[in-house]
Amino acid sequence: MSRRVLLREIAHARSGDKGNCSNLCIFVYDSDCYAALRAQLTAEFLKRELGALLSGEITRYELPAMHGLNFVMQDALEGGVNESLNLDGHGKSWSSLVLGLEIEL
Amino acid sequence: MASTERFRLGTGAGFSADRLDPAVDLVERGELDAIVFECLGERTLAFAYRDRAADPERGYTPLLQRRMRAILPAAIANGVRIITNMGAANPAKAAGITRDIARELGLVGVRIAYVLGDDVSDAIGPDTPLWEGMTVAEVGRRFIGAHAYLGADALMPALQAQAQVIITGRVADPSLYLAPLRHHFGWPGDDWSLLGAGTVVGHLMECAGQITGGYFADPGYKKVDDLARLGFPIAEVQPDGGACITKLDGTGGVVNERTVKEQLLYEVHDPSRYLTPDVCADFSGVRIASPAPDRVTISGARGSHAPESYKLTVAFDGGYLAEAGISYAGPGAQARAELAGRVVEERMSTVHASNAPLRIDIIGAASLHATARRYHDSSEDVRLRCALRASSSEQAELLLWEVESLLCCGPAGGGGYRGHVTPSVITYSASLPRTNVAAQTQVLVS
Repeated sequence: MSRRVLLREIAHARSGDKGNCSNLCIFVYDSDCYAALRAQLTAEFLKRELGALLSGEITRYELPAMHGLNFVMQDALEGGVNESLNLDGHGKSWSSLVLGLEIEL
Repeated sequence: MASTERFRLGTGAGFSADRLDPAVDLVERGELDAIVFECLGERTLAFAYRDRAADPERGYTPLLQRRMRAILPAAIANGVRIITNMGAANPAKAAGITRDIARELGLVGVRIAYVLGDDVSDAIGPDTPLWEGMTVAEVGRRFIGAHAYLGADALMPALQAQAQVIITGRVADPSLYLAPLRHHFGWPGDDWSLLGAGTVVGHLMECAGQITGGYFADPGYKKVDDLARLGFPIAEVQPDGGACITKLDGTGGVVNERTVKEQLLYEVHDPSRYLTPDVCADFSGVRIASPAPDRVTISGARGSHAPESYKLTVAFDGGYLAEAGISYAGPGAQARAELAGRVVEERMSTVHASNAPLRIDIIGAASLHATARRYHDSSEDVRLRCALRASSSEQAELLLWEVESLLCCGPAGGGGYRGHVTPSVITYSASLPRTNVAAQTQVLVS
């Protein structure tokens, strides 16, 4: 039977910035969960859940040997550290934002 | 002369405000060949250009003296070469200060090299195109300066001159690590696989504690012991570019496959095409293994031809950022904070006719993730935070005044006002052909 889980329960993540572009890598703790992560944590899924923030193009790179994904998200930092009025202009906390989403296992 | 002995490389700082004690520990006990202090963020150098314009004796990184005083004695005694971009906008002055500190400490004959050539402000004109799609003139802001990200090549003359301290301005972060590896192992400047491998080592090491358990701990999920005493990393690099990342016994933190994986992709876009001035590195085939606690081996990085041009950062005056806050707690706190925010918004536009971008957050309910519309509505202990970008400091001060006046004129029970105005810079990127950039090296002796 499938169940919904917070990504935080099965994965760890880190985010960083370059200008107004955010990158976020995410890795599952247990390789058995990689197929579900890969199938469900798509660029379209992120757009649907967080589109108000992630306003630009999202590119996903797969790292199967590390059981991870790397997202490159354009126009995802409210202008970036140059212009953003967000306290977190680097989007350091975007990793926690994504770990707060749910997928099905 | 090329060596086949492994090279022990440490990181002493991963950003300008990084801790000092882990670096001192590394030079004292690390049996290092070299230690790198990376202290220039994307915009730090633009601020340094402004400092230098105000006073030609300034423009180097503010913690230079404290760092050099703390690390020079053990570094010189133990034969640890210091490589750093702490020169920022003024490597010559930083080298002079370092020579004077060495003399004060009784260290005679220390060879201190500095590298110039990254400041390419003179190559920028109104018609220079920026990666963001406009020209310099179209930005419509005061130009501050421009610098090129130099590569490992720029450090080779200083290494060949046997400098014990090498001080640069802008050099691509991984290149600060690749240069001593190239020098030690005699790697040719066009062996793309080796340069790719050395670049991965540099990339993993460049943020210091971010690979030894910093920016990682998450209680209940990701355990890190003794985070307050986080040790900084050591890379034991082999002649083929393979490496083991570790840290000193007795320090806090952790090096495991998870910390290394997170850092491998940190600020990386396409993992198969990581561009530096030295190489187009390919991280996609990297293999990570942990043969023992706090030891992680890296292998399998590759590379291809370096880019034909240098990346530049072009800096402009960004005006002023004003931030001010006031707190509300107890029943109805959030409603009172929201009312206060509406009052500030109304008065900035009607009383002050301000059209500067203004942001209102309720810290404790909706702040960092407010734009993503992920927030909680139940907190009874919140803080109104207002932020505004203005072209003058007088305009910026108006926001502080309005938030402070809420103490008497705003909703009930508001306290803990704080506010500050900080000057800001705005940076964009551009390209410059390699032939237009020439690095130069000078050596001082204490």
